[in-house]
Amino acid sequence: MSGEVKKYKKVAYYPGCALEGTGHAYNRSTKEVGKTLGLELEEVENWNCCGAMEVKNIDPKVQTYLSSRVMSIAANEMGHDVVMAPCNGCYHNLKKAEYDLKNDEASRQVVDRISTKAGHKTYRSGQVETIHALDWIKHGIGEEALRAKVTNTLSGLKVANYYGCMYTRPRHIFPEKDKGAGTESTSQPHFMDDLLEAAGATNVDFPLKTACCGGAHTLSDSDLSTKLVLNIIQAAEKSGANVIATECPTCHSGLEMHQIRAERKFGVKTSVKILYFTQLLGLALGLSPRTVGVQENVSDSFPLLKEMKLA
Amino acid sequence: MRSLEQIGALVEREKSEGAASARADELLRLGEEVLEHWVAAKNKAPTSAKSEGFRLLALHRQGAKSVPSLNACRETCRELVYHYNLISLEPDHADTEKRLTLMRHLARHLYYFVSGKMQSEQLGEFCCSSRPLRLNDAS
Repeated sequence: MSGEVKKYKKVAYYPGCALEGTGHAYNRSTKEVGKTLGLELEEVENWNCCGAMEVKNIDPKVQTYLSSRVMSIAANEMGHDVVMAPCNGCYHNLKKAEYDLKNDEASRQVVDRISTKAGHKTYRSGQVETIHALDWIKHGIGEEALRAKVTNTLSGLKVANYYGCMYTRPRHIFPEKDKGAGTESTSQPHFMDDLLEAAGATNVDFPLKTACCGGAHTLSDSDLSTKLVLNIIQAAEKSGANVIATECPTCHSGLEMHQIRAERKFGVKTSVKILYFTQLLGLALGLSPRTVGVQENVSDSFPLLKEMKLA
Repeated sequence: MRSLEQIGALVEREKSEGAASARADELLRLGEEVLEHWVAAKNKAPTSAKSEGFRLLALHRQGAKSVPSLNACRETCRELVYHYNLISLEPDHADTEKRLTLMRHLARHLYYFVSGKMQSEQLGEFCCSSRPLRLNDAS
C-alpha cells in the first residue's frame, strides 16, 4: 500500500452544515460508500460552520478563524493529518484558510487571538491536508480497485459530471492541482469522470461542468438562478446525458429546485436526473437506492434506475 | 454594441439560420459583446486586442483584472472558443449542429452570469450583512 493510499484510509470527516440538512443524502451516501470501500471516517468533534455565508461578508478573517478551528480540532485534539470535506463550500473555505494562514501574517494574528480566547490550540498552516470526497476515493482507492469492487455496473447511464464553481477556484488555493498526470485539473476537472467511468458509466462531453449554478442569486433574483440552472440542465441533455452527477450539496439542491421551478415558472420541462456521485458509486457497489438516500432526492430517479436495473 | 437586453433575446433564441460558420461567428460575437458590457461598466474601453487568437479571451482577461471572481466564467469563454474552433475546422462534421447548440448554451451562460454579476454589484451583497449596511457602520 503506497503512503498516499494509506494516508487516506482513515481521515477526519467534516460534513459541514449542508450535509446535515438539504444534503443529507450526500452525507449518508458518502459514509456508506466509504464503509463499503474500507475507508474510515472520524467526524470532527464539535465542528462549526466554515463561515461560508454572512461571516465572510462581515470579516473574512473571522471566516479564516472558523475554518481554522475545524482543522485545529482535527489536528490537535484528534491527531489527524487529513481532513475530508465533501461540500464544495467547506472544502473551498478550509483551503482558503490554509492559504491565508500560510501567506498572511495579519490572518495568523487574528486566528491566534481568537483561538486563545476560545481556549483551543491555534491551527498552524500545514498541520492538515484538506481533501474533497473525490480526492478521498480517487487517491484512497483508485479506479482499478474500485472497478474490481463493482457488482452492479452503471453501464447505460450517460453522465454529465457537474463540478460547480468552487471545487477548482481560485486556482492559487489548490496548489496540489494542475501538477500533471494523476492530479486534478482546475480547467478540466476529471476525478468524478474517472470514478464513474470505473463504475461503468459513460461520461458525456459536457462544456458547463465548472459553470456557476447561480446559487448566489437565489435570494436576490430567483428567475436568474432558474435560468442559469435551466441552461446547465438543457446543455447536459443536449450533450446526451440522462443523469447529472453532482459533488456539492448547494449545486445539487439548486439543480433540483430550479429544475422544478423552471417548469412552473417558464413552462420548460426537462427530464435529466440529478444524483450525487456517491449515490451512483454506492449503487455500482451493490448498495440499495434506499441505503444511499435516493428517496431523499427531489429529483425522482427511481424510474430511470429501475430501467437500468440499478433499483 | 447591442444592449444587454438585445443580446439576451438573441442568445435565448432556440437557433438561428444560415451557414454553420456564420452562426458560430455570431455566437462568438455575442459572447464578446457581453464582456464588452462588463468592461464598459468598469469605466474602461473594451480592448480590441486578441489573446490566443481570440478577442473574447482578451476581453475576459481585461474584465477579470479588477474583479478576480469573473474567472468563474473563464472556462465558459474557453469552451466557447473550443467549440468555435471545432465548427470552423470541420463545418461539415456530423456533430456541427450539436456543437452549435452547445455554443449557444455557453453564450447564454455567459450572458446570465455576467448580467447577474452586474446586477449583484448594484445591490451590494444581498444578505443581512450587506455592503451598504457595513459601509454605514464604518462611517
